Amino acid sequence: MHTAVNTLIHLLLTLLLPPLLLGVINRTKAFFAGRTGAPLLQPYHDMLRLWRKGSVFSSTTTWLFRAGPLVTLAATLAAALLMPLGNQPAPLAFTGDMILFAYLFGLGRFFTVAAALDTGSSFEGMGGAREATFSCLAEPALFFSLVVLARVSSSLSLSGMLNDFPPAAWFGSGAALLLMAGALFIVLLAENCRIPFDDPNTHLELTMIHEVMVLDHSGPGLATVLYGASLKLFLLGALFVHITVPFRSGNVIIDWCAFVGAMVLLAVAIGTVESTMARLRLTRVPQLLVSASLLSAFAMLLVLRQSP
Amino acid sequence: MISPILLTVTGILLAASAGIPLLVAGNPAKGQKIAATLHVLAATAGVSGALAALARKEVETWSIDWGIPFGPAEIGVDPLSALFLLPIFTISACCAVYAVGYWPAEQNPESAPKLTLFLAVLTASLVTIVIARHAVLFLAAWEVMTVSCYFAMTVGGRRKEVRDAGTLYLVVGHLGVLALFAFFSLLKGATSSWLLPGAGALPATSPAATAIFIAALAGFGIKSGIVPLHIWLPSAHANAPSHVSAIMSGVLIKMGIYGMVRAVSLFTDIPFWWGVVLLAAGIVSGLVGVVFAIGQHDIKRLLAYHSIENIGIILMGLGVSLMGSSRGMPALALLGTAGALLHTLNHATFKSLLFFGAGSVIHACGTREIDRMGGLLRRMPLTAAFFLTGAVAICGLPPLNGFVSEWLIYLGLFRGIIDADTFNDPYFALAAPALALIGGLALACFVKVFGIAFLGTPRSDRSAESHEAGPAMLAPMGVLAAVCAGIGLFPQAVAPLLETVVRSLDPGLAATGTTLAGHASLGMVSVVSLVLLLLVGATTLLYRHRLARSPVGVAQTWGCGYLAPTARMQYTASSFAATLVGLFSGLLRPHTKTPLIQGHFPKQVSFRSHVPEALLEGFYLPLFGLLNNRLSLVRRLQHGRLHLYILYIVVTLIALLAWSHFRIRS
Repeated sequence: MHTAVNTLIHLLLTLLLPPLLLGVINRTKAFFAGRTGAPLLQPYHDMLRLWRKGSVFSSTTTWLFRAGPLVTLAATLAAALLMPLGNQPAPLAFTGDMILFAYLFGLGRFFTVAAALDTGSSFEGMGGAREATFSCLAEPALFFSLVVLARVSSSLSLSGMLNDFPPAAWFGSGAALLLMAGALFIVLLAENCRIPFDDPNTHLELTMIHEVMVLDHSGPGLATVLYGASLKLFLLGALFVHITVPFRSGNVIIDWCAFVGAMVLLAVAIGTVESTMARLRLTRVPQLLVSASLLSAFAMLLVLRQSP
Repeated sequence: MISPILLTVTGILLAASAGIPLLVAGNPAKGQKIAATLHVLAATAGVSGALAALARKEVETWSIDWGIPFGPAEIGVDPLSALFLLPIFTISACCAVYAVGYWPAEQNPESAPKLTLFLAVLTASLVTIVIARHAVLFLAAWEVMTVSCYFAMTVGGRRKEVRDAGTLYLVVGHLGVLALFAFFSLLKGATSSWLLPGAGALPATSPAATAIFIAALAGFGIKSGIVPLHIWLPSAHANAPSHVSAIMSGVLIKMGIYGMVRAVSLFTDIPFWWGVVLLAAGIVSGLVGVVFAIGQHDIKRLLAYHSIENIGIILMGLGVSLMGSSRGMPALALLGTAGALLHTLNHATFKSLLFFGAGSVIHACGTREIDRMGGLLRRMPLTAAFFLTGAVAICGLPPLNGFVSEWLIYLGLFRGIIDADTFNDPYFALAAPALALIGGLALACFVKVFGIAFLGTPRSDRSAESHEAGPAMLAPMGVLAAVCAGIGLFPQAVAPLLETVVRSLDPGLAATGTTLAGHASLGMVSVVSLVLLLLVGATTLLYRHRLARSPVGVAQTWGCGYLAPTARMQYTASSFAATLVGLFSGLLRPHTKTPLIQGHFPKQVSFRSHVPEALLEGFYLPLFGLLNNRLSLVRRLQHGRLHLYILYIVVTLIALLAWSHFRIRS
């Protein structure tokens, strides 16, 4: 019963919360710019309106273009089933699920980039190439972090790594975890194409990454793309929040509320970064990603020194 | 129960006889179909023999007294042989069927009979290698394999690059055979028999054992294409007919893996550094293979480099396994070997599938250059779907089979990270992110190939007029794609097979009570894969429902307001890979020729970029050139006069006779 309710909350939060994060980020950016900004629930309205609109397809595209957003969303939803939320184990948890989690994002990326190439546009090809290149470089950072988590928690499952993540670990391996949190934040920003990697609001196709890949999607397809992207932000954000806010009250309701609160705070933090930083020059992006890998590699070295 | 060896030998005979019909038949088309049928029958017999061998408890061996002075030959089908028999028989049958459409005998009356003959001999020799338990039989079969493959790959080509690729393959292959002579001689020294000993029969602590390991690493490493011994592989795979490339990449280079697994299984008390060497060789091969693949514009050369990458992944699994068994961690031994062996099977399926797909594309477009293809998905929907399946599988993405085997290797690495004394053994922790990087790069590379070749608009007139492949070419692709999906969605089905093989290789493992099910919940992977398929189905239904109820328009691709885009404005494979090639330029050493654009009305100029075979052109060729100069005196012995060569043999024979005569006397 208890588990069933938690699974239900998990599924509802996964399905409903992601667009809110976008709303919070935009509101934060508006605050920094001295504007009132759009309502917090604006992303929901946008996605619903897009879902009801008609579509325009490029004459170049094939079934793969339409399948791209769908496969990406399905892969992200499947990954959501593996991610523990609010100190509760994920609906599906087993040894080695963190690798499946990472590779499901890989599947999504494959189809997003393939759909971009299907349009035959050089801009979208350019975006696809950047996405494929930059996420290759983000991959080692993520896996070094997984090594740290596995070592600190002696668990090989996301639920085990994050759920029982002891606040005391911050005292034992604080330096390592700090480095890793830095690396994961960079990965979070890079994988979700936020500033300083990519500007979701830009209107210059030459400089964009994610937005330029999805230029040709419209109507329900675009709604799927936007929703899938917000879900990805939610999931990677949840990974980050579990490590940086190891708050455990023992009470299920308080834990869920604390989780939602932490996610909102994370969105505010991302909004703050976006308001106070400029986008990096494209040639600098690989350097930042490699430094993320180095940060997490150092974190790993610190953790490997300790005996289990 | 029917004897597995009897079935396997039947398979050998059927496969070997497949070359004959086309040589004697009046009607070439019919002869080729009979050959394909014989291959399929051989596969039926051989696969059932292999499965029977995996199902039974004791290993059957046959002793054959063949009257040569090294003692009676022995053949046997143990679980390891059986596991390798599966891809050999399946892929060769697929190749034979594919050849009916790809290399039709009516259109190639000269080359088709030769090609069919050598493919048949190649299949028979491959099977013989994995069932041979005697050094001389093994080496004889190995030599037949090397030579028949040479003839098969050079059969259609009078072009210089085909001949050069063949020569390089033959030379490097024979250097490998030299190492194998050393391997078997040292083994004879250790066991005083030409028969292969059983699993765990030799202690690995002696210097002789180290020498045996190094000889095996060199000999089998050359065949499997470990970096830096891989130099023969890209050009050989690129210039062979596509179905020969498929069997080379899918099966032939796996003989190196078979040999390595067999060689290592002979020893107990394996030192830790053997595992470290294999793991390091795996990481280097994986990274170098995939980075070079990204720089290629030739679809088959690109696939060839991915074979090197995948051999690297297999070696990483073997390394984990050896490190685990030497540190007393049976879970690692089990996960590593199971992952490596499953990846061997998986790579055989998806890489052959990809080479078949590439063959259809080359057949349709008349070029191997990815940058001259484009838009093929519209003209060749089935080939495209099969190629996509292979591409997703080779990137190790769920829900296909490549993910399952990489996942097992990852599990071994992470288990090592948790359980090992990582301060002294940090190797596991470094290998996991390396494998992730290899995976990410492979994804970038295969998105590039699939996207540039099959999507967008055609980049040349030939690719605009391309046509779907015929049923004989599509059927083998369909079968292999189904295997990729089957193993990916229901990996728990292959777990018992893998477990049987691993237990036969490591007799000590059974006593520890370590099971694959206890360390890898393949059932859960299957659940997530099925959920993923369900979600794809559900979102598709929802989307189609929505699409049917809203207006749908068709327009041009958004070109920032430019209204007359041409096919040449699309992103190319080279531009897609440019950033990555730039990041790895220290390794790849790309040649670019950037034209100088001058004046207000510049003349037409052209840009070129090319990734050379850096190791071959930058290291081996200069080295051999130098050796060639220094050894010019010795070369006088090699003058091409046959009667003097026969004299050399006679002199050597007399010298050996005299030497053994005096040795017995003293």
